Amino acid sequence: MHIVVCIKQVPDSKEIKIDPKTNTLMRQGVPAVVNYYDMHGVEEALRIKDKYGARVTVITMGPPSADKALKQCISLGADEGVLVSDRAFAGADTLATSYVLASAIYKAADTWGPVDMIFAGKQTSDGDTGQVGPGIACRIDYEQLTYVQQIEDINPDTGELIVHRHLEDGVERVKTRTPVLITVVTELNTPRRASLPGMLRAARYTPIVWTTNDFEELDRSKIGLRGSPTIVSKTWVPEPKHVSTDMLTGTGNEVAATLVENLFGTELKHSLGWA
Amino acid sequence: MADERFDVVVVGAGPAGAAAALTAARGGLKVALIERGEYPGAKNTFGGVLYRKQIEQLIPEFWKSAPLERTVVEQRLWLLAKESAVTVSYRDDRFNDPPNCWTGQRSKFDQWFAAQAEAAGAVPIYETAVTDAIIEDGRVVGVVTDRDDGELRANLVIIADGVNSLLGKRLRAHREWKPDQVSLAVKEVIALPREKIQDRFNLDKSEGCTIELVGETMGMAGLGFLYTNTDTLSLGVGVMVSDLKRLRVKPYEVLNGLKQHPMIQRLIEGGEVKEYAGHLIPEGGYTAMPSLSGDGWMICGDAAQMVNAVHREGTNLAVESGRLAGETAVAVHEREDFSSAGLQRYTDAVRKSIIHKDLKKYKGLHGLLSFPESEKLFGQLPQAVNDALFEFLSVDGEPKRDKQKQAFRKLEGVAGGRMDLVRMALKGWRAMNG
Amino acid sequence: MAEDKRRKMIGLQPEGDVDWSMYRGIMVVVEQRSGVAKPVSWQLLGEARRLADKLDAPLMALVMGQDVSHIAQQAIGYGADIVYHADAPELKDYRTRPYSRVCLKVIKTYRPEIVLMGATYTGRDLAGAIATHLPTGLTADSTQLDVDDERLLLASRPAFSEKMLATILCKQFKPQMATVRAGVFQALPYDEKRTGKIIAVHQDMHENDIVTKVLEFVQDDNRVNLEDAQVIVAGGRGLGGPDGFKLLHELANVLGGTVAASRAATDLGWIDHAYQVGQTGTTVRPKLYFAIGISGAVQHVVGMQNSDYIVAINKDPNAPIFQIANYGIVGDLFEIVPLLTKAFQERLTPVMAR
Ligand SMILES: Cc1cc2nc3c(=O)[nH]c(=O)nc-3n(C[C@H](O)[C@H](O)[C@H](O)COP(=O)(O)OP(=O)(O)OC[C@H]3O[C@@H](n4cnc5c(N)ncnc54)[C@H](O)[C@@H]3O)c2cc1C
Ligand SMILES: Cc1cc2nc3c(=O)[nH]c(=O)nc-3n(C[C@H](O)[C@H](O)[C@H](O)COP(=O)(O)OP(=O)(O)OC[C@H]3O[C@@H](n4cnc5c(N)ncnc54)[C@H](O)[C@@H]3O)c2cc1C
Ligand SMILES: Nc1ncnc2c1ncn2[C@@H]1O[C@H](COP(=O)(O)O)[C@@H](O)[C@H]1O
Repeated sequence: MHIVVCIKQVPDSKEIKIDPKTNTLMRQGVPAVVNYYDMHGVEEALRIKDKYGARVTVITMGPPSADKALKQCISLGADEGVLVSDRAFAGADTLATSYVLASAIYKAADTWGPVDMIFAGKQTSDGDTGQVGPGIACRIDYEQLTYVQQIEDINPDTGELIVHRHLEDGVERVKTRTPVLITVVTELNTPRRASLPGMLRAARYTPIVWTTNDFEELDRSKIGLRGSPTIVSKTWVPEPKHVSTDMLTGTGNEVAATLVENLFGTELKHSLGWA
Repeated sequence: MADERFDVVVVGAGPAGAAAALTAARGGLKVALIERGEYPGAKNTFGGVLYRKQIEQLIPEFWKSAPLERTVVEQRLWLLAKESAVTVSYRDDRFNDPPNCWTGQRSKFDQWFAAQAEAAGAVPIYETAVTDAIIEDGRVVGVVTDRDDGELRANLVIIADGVNSLLGKRLRAHREWKPDQVSLAVKEVIALPREKIQDRFNLDKSEGCTIELVGETMGMAGLGFLYTNTDTLSLGVGVMVSDLKRLRVKPYEVLNGLKQHPMIQRLIEGGEVKEYAGHLIPEGGYTAMPSLSGDGWMICGDAAQMVNAVHREGTNLAVESGRLAGETAVAVHEREDFSSAGLQRYTDAVRKSIIHKDLKKYKGLHGLLSFPESEKLFGQLPQAVNDALFEFLSVDGEPKRDKQKQAFRKLEGVAGGRMDLVRMALKGWRAMNG
Repeated sequence: MAEDKRRKMIGLQPEGDVDWSMYRGIMVVVEQRSGVAKPVSWQLLGEARRLADKLDAPLMALVMGQDVSHIAQQAIGYGADIVYHADAPELKDYRTRPYSRVCLKVIKTYRPEIVLMGATYTGRDLAGAIATHLPTGLTADSTQLDVDDERLLLASRPAFSEKMLATILCKQFKPQMATVRAGVFQALPYDEKRTGKIIAVHQDMHENDIVTKVLEFVQDDNRVNLEDAQVIVAGGRGLGGPDGFKLLHELANVLGGTVAASRAATDLGWIDHAYQVGQTGTTVRPKLYFAIGISGAVQHVVGMQNSDYIVAINKDPNAPIFQIANYGIVGDLFEIVPLLTKAFQERLTPVMAR
């Protein structure tokens, strides 16, 4: 079995601040981390590898510094880490990203054998779209199962698998067959910590780098900024809601009564159906 | 256990460990550098002055590529009383070229310094804590880490895990430090626009200034500091742990007190606290230094109490000892003698180095730092000096002779009489001069 | 196994004509489960009605499922002019392939200039596949929508943990697509007299060709669902312990709301992490938010400041939470909250029942 995991390095979102003067993001010096969900994808691939034997290839599209993220996956037990990196890929939206990653998955299949399963995260903390996973599945015509919280069963011989999808209102049990792309939620597993031999391997490992030149059939009009139909026309920091706070005073009973009275005087009466 | 064997395992990627790993790797040894932080320096903190000499020996002109903050051209000393300060300062443009020292941030510097060791071939193993030494037949033959299959074997272990050295204690190089052998420092990094810093401290673009603060530590032995970085200030204070215990105060209460001082408040006003950190500083000095090597191991830097508290020098001594340990590792590999006899060479080298000479010079200092001596030195005396100067400089119609007398009496009062004042001065002088 | 799929890359060129002016109207893809439409679909129709009127273009709805003709009818009552209705046993449960096949067919045939879906799990699953297939640009999780003079969709969405908003356009292709967060827009009042056209859509599908099978769905009514909550009663460290949440539950029950918490409370283990509101928890935008014994640290505030009404109860008059509250009560929560619960109860229970 050959499993590909798509991971992305993202800025540690809790460290991002907005420059109050220019209203732009201050990304400088913000540490990069592997997107939280993606590590659960790596873990699940490794569990399958531990149980049935599999080759695990981790792929990321990003700047050269993303090799650190790949090394982290190597330390956990992934077989290869591929950095798809080229200035021409920069500025990609989800459509262009899914194209490049799909091309990389084809190339991974050429290099290490047909890809049976692909794991991606539910969404990233910076792009926050959850579109790249379905995009990849669509591009290469794989079955697509999103928001998977448990893999109940895999039959490595027939490629049949049963998974549980985590939805807003419940859990769906679904059966499908490889080749399949699965996007994962955190309930799926608890990522492991690397062993010392894993750390040693990662310390010496150099991720494989693929640039535009490594893809023979790449349509250059479909990558990077040029290949991205969505355009960010403006960004702004929402004005802090201007509220004039009504401080209620009096005895406990009085403030409770005043508050209820006041709230009933607003449109909440309708929107909440307080007849 | 990892199948792989190393020549040297270095524990801790602070200045001492990185210097040791760099030196050993350059000497052709197979080195592993283990650090528990997410990356070297991630959790490390210090006041903020890095010195040229020892690092330059390893990396010529390192200041052209290393992440440093400002070149220190002026050093000030403030004796604080409640609302006043006696200030002394020295500024010299000659400190610009070649630079004498810089302010710095450990999170950036340690990472850079360790990267030099990596570039020389040391294998980095980060986010990994060493939990024990592997000892066979009384010899150290490797370390145990907190990871699965976490044992790592080597001919030599260089211990550079800082002041709270787990391995140092494990190997009985030293015991748990006594409360009067360490002080606890807390520090805030305060963000301020660089132009403001330059204005307030009278500095040019890349120039920096340091202020050491004596007094206003509630009578406890300790020093405060306020250093200028590029667009932040480092403000902190370190106080002897024995004093903190005695008075039952928390170090940040002392720091908060300092922040309220009118002279300091003015300099930090409008700044935003970005980081807050605490750390121990070894204060035992010469007499507290443990044995430095044994069968299969050497110990350097803070783990071996190599700090010169008076001159707030620690990183330089750490780098120096790390280099000497690295050189020794290379030398003993040629003869394949990893015994304590072979490694005595390291102890000897430290003895001959600036580390020993400087720490020996100040060996009496430790006595001055203990209660009740400390209360005079760090509490009453700074206040008295301020009061004396207030008397002396107030123009209020009293004759100067009387003013001088009154001022002098203030100082005598603290020492407990004229003879005691002389005695105190002598004692202090001796402590500083070995 | 994957060998036969090799070298086929979907979504490189828009198929067929590229005369974008042929694309007119807005289409809302209605989401349903077991014959019940999701509220977000009607909310979307409400907002899309406004946009369609602005564009002077028809508002279309696409309803897919098995035995869902009543939903097609409802779509008209909620504002659609034309409803495309695909009814087939293969569409009983949502599955990416059959649903996207119908969707693609309808889009290619009827050419809407804008396609909108809820940013629900299902909506994102489907939208991501369709936008790639067409291909076209897709904006995720929008919270504001508008159209400009050039008929461009201006979809705005939060970025970087809600710290910023970004407006996103797609000039290159049609339809312009966006998924839209639930609870942001208001549905129009249902008008059963409204008329419109319902057009049946047929798609040849055979269950045997569909690889993925839904085996079962287990409804979970206890799932914490702060995102969709209309009323949230949140508590913090001021509650003093897990027992304090009992008071909040009582108030929440009376209001038909949900309990939530600050990180201080979840970190202390007083309530499960799933209830945490804020930067590292859930971002909520209920109609009414009670912050009880919560100081109002920025990390908490970013997650709830977009609530329509905020009521803060805190014994510290200087607590920052009062700066963003519409109503503030300085006092002991243990006294105030039970009184509030009582006051609401009296007011909400019809006189007859008392
Ligand atoms: C507030 C303060 C102000 C100071 N000001 C100055 C100054 O201005 N100038 C100056 O030169 N010196 C100063 N010092 C002293 C200086 O910081 C130290 O002397 C110096 O950092 C010692 O270096 P080291 O490498 O020995 O130890 P450290 O810098 O402490 O490095 C030890 C490393 O080992 C790692 N480690 C610890 N335990 C383990 C383990 N079990 N496994 C793996 N890794 C481990 C740690 O994470 C750390 O990275 C100051 C210190 C303090 C606290
Ligand atoms: C990176 C990061 C991410 C974070 N993410 C989040 C997040 O997602 N969500 C979040 O909530 N926090 C988050 N925090 C933590 C946040 O900074 C605050 O610590 C936290 O929100 C405080 O919770 P609190 O208001 O319940 O507690 P406190 O700040 O302790 O406030 C308790 C309040 O209760 C009041 N009070 C006490 N007793 C009573 C009484 N009897 N009656 C009335 N009032 C009373 C007090 O006056 C006080 O104002 C994060 C912090 C960091 C650093
Ligand atoms: N640049 C990228 N490289 C590799 N994988 C990615 C990249 N961008 C997104 N992904 C994958 O797609 C998932 C969803 O991302 P997004 O659509 O950006 O929310 C992520 O969790 C990753 O698994």
